[in-house]
Amino acid sequence: MKRSLLALLAVAACGAVAAGCGDDDDGGSGSGSGDPLTIYSGRNEKLVGDLMKQFERETGVKVQVRYGESAELAATLAEEGDSARADVFFAQDAGALGAVAEAGLLAPVPASAEKVDARFRTANWVGTSGRARVVAYSTERLKPSQLPDSILDFCDDRWKGKIGFPPPNASFQAFISAMRLGLGDARTREWLECMEDLDPELLENNIQTEEAIADGEIDVGFVNHYYLPELKAENPDFPVGNHFLKAGDPGSLVNVAGAGILKTTDQAEDAEKFVDFLLSESGQRYFSEKTFEYPLVDGIPAPAETRPLEDVHGPEIDLGALGEKLPSTLKLLQDVGLTS
Amino acid sequence: MKFVAVAATLVAAAAVLPLAYLLVRAAGADADAWDVVLDARTLELVGRTALLVALVTAGATVVGVGLAWLVERTDMPGRRIFSVAAALPLVIPSYVSALALLAAVGPGGLFGGGTWIFGLPGATLALVMATYPYVFLLCAAALRRMDPALEEAARTLGRSRAAVFRQVTLPVLRPSIGGGAVLVALYSLSDFGVVSLMRYDALTRAVFNQYRSLFDRTPAALLGLVLVLLTALVLVVEARSRGAGRVSRSAAGADRPAALVPLGRWRLPATLMAGGAVAFALLVPVGVLLGWSLRDAADHPELGELLGWAGSSLLGSGLAAVVAMAAALPVAILAARRPGRWTSFLERATYASNALPGIVIALSLVFFATRVLDSVYQTLALLVFAYVVRFLPQALAGAHSALVRVDPDLERAARGLGASPAGVLRRVTAPLMAPGLLAGATLVFLSTMKELPVTLLLRPIGFDTLATEVWTATGVSAYGTAAIPALTLIVLSAPVVWTLQVRPRGEPRAQPR
Repeated sequence: MKRSLLALLAVAACGAVAAGCGDDDDGGSGSGSGDPLTIYSGRNEKLVGDLMKQFERETGVKVQVRYGESAELAATLAEEGDSARADVFFAQDAGALGAVAEAGLLAPVPASAEKVDARFRTANWVGTSGRARVVAYSTERLKPSQLPDSILDFCDDRWKGKIGFPPPNASFQAFISAMRLGLGDARTREWLECMEDLDPELLENNIQTEEAIADGEIDVGFVNHYYLPELKAENPDFPVGNHFLKAGDPGSLVNVAGAGILKTTDQAEDAEKFVDFLLSESGQRYFSEKTFEYPLVDGIPAPAETRPLEDVHGPEIDLGALGEKLPSTLKLLQDVGLTS
Repeated sequence: MKFVAVAATLVAAAAVLPLAYLLVRAAGADADAWDVVLDARTLELVGRTALLVALVTAGATVVGVGLAWLVERTDMPGRRIFSVAAALPLVIPSYVSALALLAAVGPGGLFGGGTWIFGLPGATLALVMATYPYVFLLCAAALRRMDPALEEAARTLGRSRAAVFRQVTLPVLRPSIGGGAVLVALYSLSDFGVVSLMRYDALTRAVFNQYRSLFDRTPAALLGLVLVLLTALVLVVEARSRGAGRVSRSAAGADRPAALVPLGRWRLPATLMAGGAVAFALLVPVGVLLGWSLRDAADHPELGELLGWAGSSLLGSGLAAVVAMAAALPVAILAARRPGRWTSFLERATYASNALPGIVIALSLVFFATRVLDSVYQTLALLVFAYVVRFLPQALAGAHSALVRVDPDLERAARGLGASPAGVLRRVTAPLMAPGLLAGATLVFLSTMKELPVTLLLRPIGFDTLATEVWTATGVSAYGTAAIPALTLIVLSAPVVWTLQVRPRGEPRAQPR
């Protein structure tokens, strides 16, 4: 017993030595200038880690980043309330930003936000990169010419048992909210009921949907455009393609990832520098080249293998309005039987 | 005993913090929030969740008890290797084993397969793979501690081997089986990774949907309370199944290893079955991980980084195991030595949080830390505290099933001979409980190694563990990159299991003198 206990403690101590150097550079007291800027990032470290380093190099501001899921970080910020540890919230989707803004935790955006089209920002957060809804299809079983150019035309028996999408996913829900704003509730419900009749494969998220296509479970899936380049980076032979729908179609909504500054920050200046940097030429180029997303500032080329942003824009909708629609959209998805 | 009672009460109070948080959040519920919960759909979710939990618990119990008996009591070849290998699936994050299972036998998988796996079959299979080690570790510890004279006497009295197993071995194992089965049930209630990958609608998916889609903490809290009710139900079922008899030794007993049962012509089939179960739970995930790591596009971490993550994982898990063991001891002693309504309530209360998804536990501690003790927020101390709150029942299951086998007369005799209560605990009770306590500590250690949701929200910034790195890489589908930290988790845990599970077998046993 004693010896085993000692062994266990020795294991822990070894760990302490190995990890020790990592945790001591900041006491985390969270006050006074000269502290690193604290960012809560709902975006994956593999996607934006280099961007953070680039920001440190270009501005000399040190950052420390807590990575997590956007929704969970939003809930954490809400629980922290006035003792928030973050200076900036950098989120994967507009919904998470909207929730934190609605809780009254975000300060007004800096002036640089005006470079971004008004439909991609609100008073308290600004979109920093765009993602388009697309139809992912199997390049083994379908040719692009066989695909309709409106999402509404997928309501056809030809697609029975061949469609998949992820109802629990935030981007999918935003797309349904946008369809309701564009076409009205009755037509949206009709389309959803038609989808339900086609016996769709209901998935958890975009990656599962892409993989279900590759594995032959389904032929087409409704997803965001940038997952495919990620999956192709892992496996160049991944047998899936992106099909962009026609401009103005409810199926080609452009959603954003974005950032907001916490009201409670004591480093407002550095926080604004960070948002400015995301909207600067080097920040916007990073999104276009490294994460395959649409830059939201004019003059920066869109990523390869995508349509220009002007041609994929969905219905003319204010992204801030999608948040309010969300509860009733979820209810609708439940009523139709697409979520539980 | 007074000190023990105070300590036990404090431990129980810490363990119900997440429950207190849920009540705070649920108190603000308006009609809309109640609508979400008081819905026919919730009842359906409860039904589906209960079905999954029942199947997983039954499956994990059969596999766990069977493997423990084969490893500890028979002449099956390779028993020592099995005793480590059979425990290791516990460190594989369950979403990783589910991903691996899909990669192996899902549609487009390595061995063919198809869509049959989605839904109940896949969720059950993946969860049994992930949880049977709870039963295995606790039962193996109990078998090691069992007085071999009991079985021998029964054999001498003419009982067949099968009858001995049924009438002697199983009843003695009962507290360990019960304790393990409860852990399995609570794990299945709280798991999100497997049910989402296997597309099975369970309660945790509904809780996550509330957080993820609506950013609304109130309906999520109400659904969390439904999970707590199910936990209570699991504990009541377990308590009902406890017999009235006692399983402690009434005399010092023979202190020697039990004679091994020769398997005879069953040797090959038994080995194949045990090998098959372990291969499925350990080799399939490991094989798939190795395959991923060898892909061309895989971007492997540097050794220095890997060592840093491993250090953080070992530090957090080692501390959690030691603290959880210390915290479980007073609760177990009180429950076993002063049985009564209040003490059994205290013991059960420590289980309250175990069926909650990690995100709820993390948010509850964000809530309390920022309001009560802001200076500990996002420190290692709070992180370890959170691990203990989350995994305390695992340490307790080990301590409790060990303690009920220690004869109180021995303690009384030691007291009568002049030892102080602390001396009795140190020199009599603790040594006799050692295998159970260590089994509990092993469970906590292994569970913490793979813990994710609590780690993500409560760790000090920059405290990257192997589990958080696996999450980061799988988040961008970089499975080849995820494979290295995932394999490191398994490799690092093997010597710990070896030290705690296998080595004590060979040592002379601690004797009350």
